[in-house]
Amino acid sequence: MFRIVTVLSIAILVGLTGAWAGLSMGDGWSAKERETLKSLALSSLEPLPADASNRFADDTLAARFGQKLFFDARLSANGRVSCATCHLPGRDFQDDVPLARGVGTTSRRTMPIAGTAYSPWMFWDGRRDSQWSQALGPLESDVEHGGDRTQYVQYIAATYRKEYQALFGALPDVSKLPAHAGPNGDRHVKAAWAGLPAARRDSITRAYANMGKAIAAFERRIAFTPTRFDRYVATEMSGASHTAADSLSPDERAGLKLFIGKASCINCHNGPRLTDDHFHNTGVPVSAQVATVDSGRTTGVRDAITNEFNCLGRYSDATAGQCAELRFAVTEGHELVRAFKTPSLRNVADRAPYMHAGQLATLSAVIDHYSAAPSAPFGHSELKRVRLSGKERAQIEAFLRTLSSPAAVPAGMPQSAEGMAAAGTSFGPIVSHAGLLRATVVESSQRDVVTDQRLVVRLESVEGQPVTGARIASRVMMPEGVAPSQMATVREVGKGLYEISAFRYACAGWWNVDLRITFAGQTDGLAFNLTLP
Amino acid sequence: MRTTYRRTLRGLAFAGVALALNACMMFKRPPSAPQAYERTQTSAAGMYTATFTPVESIKVGRLHSWKIQVTTSDGAPVTDAKFVVDGGMPQHGHGLPTRPIVTQPAGEIYELVEGMKFNMGGWWVVKLHIDGAKGSDVVTFNLKL
Repeated sequence: MFRIVTVLSIAILVGLTGAWAGLSMGDGWSAKERETLKSLALSSLEPLPADASNRFADDTLAARFGQKLFFDARLSANGRVSCATCHLPGRDFQDDVPLARGVGTTSRRTMPIAGTAYSPWMFWDGRRDSQWSQALGPLESDVEHGGDRTQYVQYIAATYRKEYQALFGALPDVSKLPAHAGPNGDRHVKAAWAGLPAARRDSITRAYANMGKAIAAFERRIAFTPTRFDRYVATEMSGASHTAADSLSPDERAGLKLFIGKASCINCHNGPRLTDDHFHNTGVPVSAQVATVDSGRTTGVRDAITNEFNCLGRYSDATAGQCAELRFAVTEGHELVRAFKTPSLRNVADRAPYMHAGQLATLSAVIDHYSAAPSAPFGHSELKRVRLSGKERAQIEAFLRTLSSPAAVPAGMPQSAEGMAAAGTSFGPIVSHAGLLRATVVESSQRDVVTDQRLVVRLESVEGQPVTGARIASRVMMPEGVAPSQMATVREVGKGLYEISAFRYACAGWWNVDLRITFAGQTDGLAFNLTLP
Repeated sequence: MRTTYRRTLRGLAFAGVALALNACMMFKRPPSAPQAYERTQTSAAGMYTATFTPVESIKVGRLHSWKIQVTTSDGAPVTDAKFVVDGGMPQHGHGLPTRPIVTQPAGEIYELVEGMKFNMGGWWVVKLHIDGAKGSDVVTFNLKL
């Protein structure tokens, strides 16, 4: 009798739970689940929205110019920090460290770039509302690029005059400009800026804004590519049978089921970019490496609203009616406290450590965090505890690993943070691909097109010891394919000094010098870029 | 016989607890009555009736606008009142992701609510607070996205 009652009550419980959860028994996805899977797949990604605030956003010439700026380490206080220093193309445009390092150390984790053209807000706290206004932030930050406005505009005038003027018209008058002046910087930089007449400040700022718009035109084109998860969904939708390239293992499928079900990850990580583009306090612990209090969106939204380069500002190309996100932003309330932007989960497995200051070292630490749902250090965490077994956690992680594939980048783009400088200047150091060597370009000729050119490069180990007796093959080419590539002659002309010669710059533009280096039984390579005005 | 009786009681209690647990989990659930999801709703104290119409279709993550038509209980259109729109997801404990703004387009009998956005699927509540000649009241709309 007891047994019957127990069996009955269990059956009722299971039946109610089953009906309540709306799940189908068996391996197949229910109709509702299929709809959900489709919403997460890249095929559901809408076409790139226009950026009304940047009229150069879809201009190919602007993207080419922005690409050069993105890789130009001379846009910094020490000549060694470019956007690519932290946003490494070969690393999903991030840098694998908890806190980004430019000329100094920042208090936040570098965010990846792919798909950010779809985001209404940039940075962990959303303090900028466009890609172009975002790009202008690190350039003037004293711990990132460390430069200032007049320095940059004078550099553009000296190095990229033709590219700039072809796009934006005449450069501002840079004669007798202070070498360093700008609204963000130390007191000397600020004082020099305040000393300039308002009209001059405005023309310099406009040119500075145009730099950002060119960089954004390039960044817009950094896109997600289909992953195994996307191929799985496409095959599921078509009803065809799966092949290895478009299958998910049973564990990965179970992880996906948890992601859209019990674990509720999809609440915030929704849509084809797996983000709701919003801000949430998820109780992330305070970072031991960061001294300042980070309240996230609370300060971020105020920054966004007051920033001179926002959608409603004078340098924006948008009309007020096109700035809806800014107009309707929530500007106060307890929900903003320590709330950070939901990042996209595409390529998440390749991007440890996690959270806004890299507080969680691994994906399993992240899943443990969401399961435990600890209280927030301040503010109120939105998380609710979720009971997940060890196996279920591993399954969620397995699913997350199916979301990886390299970003699509515009053709001809360097794959690592090689320096880029004007021909005729010395610059470096450039770190080799395997990290064994450092190279400094100590001499760089800039002769006319019918004359052989000459570069002298100093090669050192990372400890600073000159590398002698290396065998080097050097190829010189134009990444945009405008001129045929050439094999240069390389010979050692001093201790650790190598001369690269017998090549010509057939045209003005962007040149890449690639070195294959064999030394002490090891092989490594490096490349650097030069622009010829 | 006695042991069986006790066992039966225990079994029933078990079933009862199981059912109760399920019932507890059903707490803070979206309303089951389909009327709760209709686009025309009466305010809490019965002073007003409001109907909302999305101008663009509602899609998770997309900013869009609503038109709202408000009448008194007698059916007279209400246009000269103060309107505030807020809401959120009761099951998640968060509000709307944006701050919608209500305006009265000149010469029209509807209010325009701009800046509506729903950033995730699930059960949403949108509250229209009306402060008009008849008094203050609130209309609650439910949406399942």
